[in-house]
Amino acid sequence: MEALDGNAIAGLLQDVFGTEMTTAVSVCGHCGDRRPVAELVVYLRAPGTVARCRTCGWVLMVLVEARGLTCVDLNGLAELGSGRPPSVVQS
Amino acid sequence: MARTAVRRRLTWQVATVTDVVDETARTRTIELEVSDWPGHFAGQHLDVRLTAEDGYRAERSYSIASAPGEPVAITVERLDDGEVSPYLTEELRVEDALELRGPIGGYFVWDGADSRPLLLVAGGSGIVPLRAILRHRERSGSGVPVRLLYSSRTLDDVIYRAELAEPPTGVEVVQTLTREQPEGWTGYARRVDPALLGEVAWPSEQMPLAFVCGPTNFVETVASGLVALGYPPARVKTERFGATGGR
Repeated sequence: MEALDGNAIAGLLQDVFGTEMTTAVSVCGHCGDRRPVAELVVYLRAPGTVARCRTCGWVLMVLVEARGLTCVDLNGLAELGSGRPPSVVQS
Repeated sequence: MARTAVRRRLTWQVATVTDVVDETARTRTIELEVSDWPGHFAGQHLDVRLTAEDGYRAERSYSIASAPGEPVAITVERLDDGEVSPYLTEELRVEDALELRGPIGGYFVWDGADSRPLLLVAGGSGIVPLRAILRHRERSGSGVPVRLLYSSRTLDDVIYRAELAEPPTGVEVVQTLTREQPEGWTGYARRVDPALLGEVAWPSEQMPLAFVCGPTNFVETVASGLVALGYPPARVKTERFGATGGR
């Protein structure tokens, strides 16, 4: 299965967290790699959605949607910062 | 349009198709009227949802092809075994309704605040969000110099071909055709690799900002190639498309 990246789950994460999360900085609980969620390795149908560390492959996030609920497992993360929607005034 | 994005839940809404334009044999641009659209940034995307008569639903994410302030548009590539893209590229007509939500994403976004040269690298339909960036640059009067490196299989696969043939001042378009080149082709004729990047990319001393979008393997090659050329990883924004009709 082809790996995508965190951009592919921007909508799903916004559903769960209530805000833009691809800009949030994640820290891997295994190797300590620190990078925006957008850059994580994402598998959409694992089954469920799995986000892995781009450096060591550790499973950071698992999201499973069933019967209208989304189960979220963030055990692999050491840290997850806050996301930031784009907010510069447009011309 | 002065508008500040705030925290907002994503809600599905029904848009109306106002125009369809065939870009290539496999891709179509769909322009939409969205009554409750909060505005978007160049590089963001939106989710489309189709519901079958039996209630089965399929969702896909598509990059927004238009600049902020322009009517919302997406460009969709048809995948023959896709669940959503054949409908969008072959069945959907003007005045049809389409369920969507957005805008989505905040990482792969160019808002014009960064004044350094832009390097845009696209593989196939990865050109779509980069086209939104180009249009935003033009509409906002930005003078940021841009180099676009765009890789397609053949000339007939080039999306936005007419638009890219006449780039505005300050935008340099470099194309490569990897499978077949027409007679007299003056662009590149090979896959994007570190050597080609070395010829086309802005020198890292200019602190360029790079946006790379395309199939996963393409993005990996380009991103690691740019880092090898001295681009700081944080200055290389990436977005990977899958074979699922969007991302």
